[in-house]
Amino acid sequence: MILQGENILKQYLYKGGLINALDHVSFSIEKGDFVTVTGPSGSGKSTLLLSLFGLVRLTSGSIVFDGNRIDNISDRQLTDIRKNSIGYILQSFALIPYLTTIQNVMIPLALEKIPGKEQVKRASEILDYVGLSDRMEHLPRELSAGQQQRVAIARSIVHRPQIIMADEPTGNLDPALSLEILEFLKKINRENKITIMMVTHSPVAAAYGTMKLHLNEGKIVHT
Amino acid sequence: MTISGLVLIELWKRKSQLITGLLAITLGIAVIVAIQSVSVVSEQNVARNLDNLGANILVLPQAASIDDYYTSDIDAPTLPMEYVERILSSTIAGVDNMSPKLTRRVKVGNQSIVLTGILPKSEIASKPLWQSSGLLGKALTTACAPSQSTSKSHWMEDVKLQRRAIDTLYSEDCLAGSQVAKKLKLSANSRVNIMGKEFNVLKILPETGTVDDDRIFANLRDVQKLLKIENQVSAIEIMGCCNAISEGLLGQLRNILPDTRVTTIGQIVSTQIETNQLMKKITLVMLIIIFFVGGISIGNYIWANVNERKREIGILRMMGAERSTIYKMFLLKALILGVAGGVLGFILGTLAGVILGPYLAGIIVKPLYIYLLWSILLSVTISLAGSLFPTYLAAKFDPHSNLQED
Repeated sequence: MILQGENILKQYLYKGGLINALDHVSFSIEKGDFVTVTGPSGSGKSTLLLSLFGLVRLTSGSIVFDGNRIDNISDRQLTDIRKNSIGYILQSFALIPYLTTIQNVMIPLALEKIPGKEQVKRASEILDYVGLSDRMEHLPRELSAGQQQRVAIARSIVHRPQIIMADEPTGNLDPALSLEILEFLKKINRENKITIMMVTHSPVAAAYGTMKLHLNEGKIVHT
Repeated sequence: MTISGLVLIELWKRKSQLITGLLAITLGIAVIVAIQSVSVVSEQNVARNLDNLGANILVLPQAASIDDYYTSDIDAPTLPMEYVERILSSTIAGVDNMSPKLTRRVKVGNQSIVLTGILPKSEIASKPLWQSSGLLGKALTTACAPSQSTSKSHWMEDVKLQRRAIDTLYSEDCLAGSQVAKKLKLSANSRVNIMGKEFNVLKILPETGTVDDDRIFANLRDVQKLLKIENQVSAIEIMGCCNAISEGLLGQLRNILPDTRVTTIGQIVSTQIETNQLMKKITLVMLIIIFFVGGISIGNYIWANVNERKREIGILRMMGAERSTIYKMFLLKALILGVAGGVLGFILGTLAGVILGPYLAGIIVKPLYIYLLWSILLSVTISLAGSLFPTYLAAKFDPHSNLQED
């Protein structure tokens, strides 16, 4: 088991009252799972994703990652876990606009202080893997939406994480490109045994999950 | 790639913003460097001019008149020769040369002339016009003057030795001013009888347009004997460093010579002091303005940059960048801006000084390279001070809320 949530409660103060964004949520994810998290807007999908690695602190409950409880550790320790063990893919690609494709991919390696030559080697290999070896010196604005999302995927796996958190990765893409990206994620999941946890609105995307969590009003209604 | 590399890439890719951010601090530093370059050269020029004027401080007995600086020693009451030793044995800085003298009106035949007893080398050293005529001695400059073409002995380590007065005018020799030579029909190697003593005219002094033209100069010891005023002098002329004067040299002299009048070529010195003080005040005011305007400008630029890059900060934080990494990113940027602003400000300010100096102040300004270091230090301090708060806020950004904007 790579990730386990136990009785997770996340409350927000809103107009003088408490809102349960996550209402006593529990789940277990095995290494190599492709987990999809679905649900209507405001059901708590993104909050769940952010809560899992300290981007949002829990009100109560516990999270165990790779055998260690991480809901009560320091910001610095959480930062280290995010840096070394997690990859992120966001709906808007979140590429840094003034960096080239390869420079964007090298960021997680730079944060890990990996030597420059090794950074270039690993980023080149990953860009080759996602089919962008001929776009390494392009800026994000010079790439199509699908290519930009592939750069984001390359960036999310270049530092060999244990789990990828994907928040609506196909939300900005047309159906054809969405399928292309989903196939990529599936390939990464199968070939590299990287666990994927993907929040999505799309039933097509949700169908890729080997484990499916459906949230409604902060509760898991079925798995 | 490193975080430093990321900063450099961001700066390079957003050059127009970089130029805007640099503008205020560069111009501010340039103004300070220009003012300082001109004022320093101006101070040096005045110091040089004071050197050329010769002695600029006069020590007289308390009862003496100082209505006319140049003639106030004639027939004045006297003060002990020991006062010269008192100044010599003090550690007062800024006394570059001393010329003790005893002056009296005497009769030569039926002509009334002024006889002045001097210590010749120190007297010559304090009179540039005499030096240029080929008389003994080398030009002496004040310690604060820019070019010191002095004899080595003057620059000995021991400050007391630097001021030693040397008596080499022989007992039977005298020097005659140009007007008195005409009046008494004297020429070089002619003889003149003063109060019963025969003197050989060693040289006719060049015309200076001062009271010296009407004087005969002889050895101080002999004049003291001749006038029967032994171990007394009527005045001590001092070549004082202009800066030392503005920093209290006169007061220090008064302290060790309490029963004397210590005066200066007041107008020149006070004008210079006023100019120096005005320049210092202007520089200080500019410094305060630059500190606030430059700091606010850089702070505003960094704050705009932080806001523009909120998502980028969020992404980096989400990917594992620590708060210290965010600090490093923005403070390194501020440091680079500071160094660049300092260097550019120095270059612009120096160019302005060099180009405008001759037109505005009538002086030739040369680059003062030590100001490069000061410019960079000042600029970096302003830049870092202005950037601290925006950087603190950037490091505190919640990555989650910034990414929610997606």
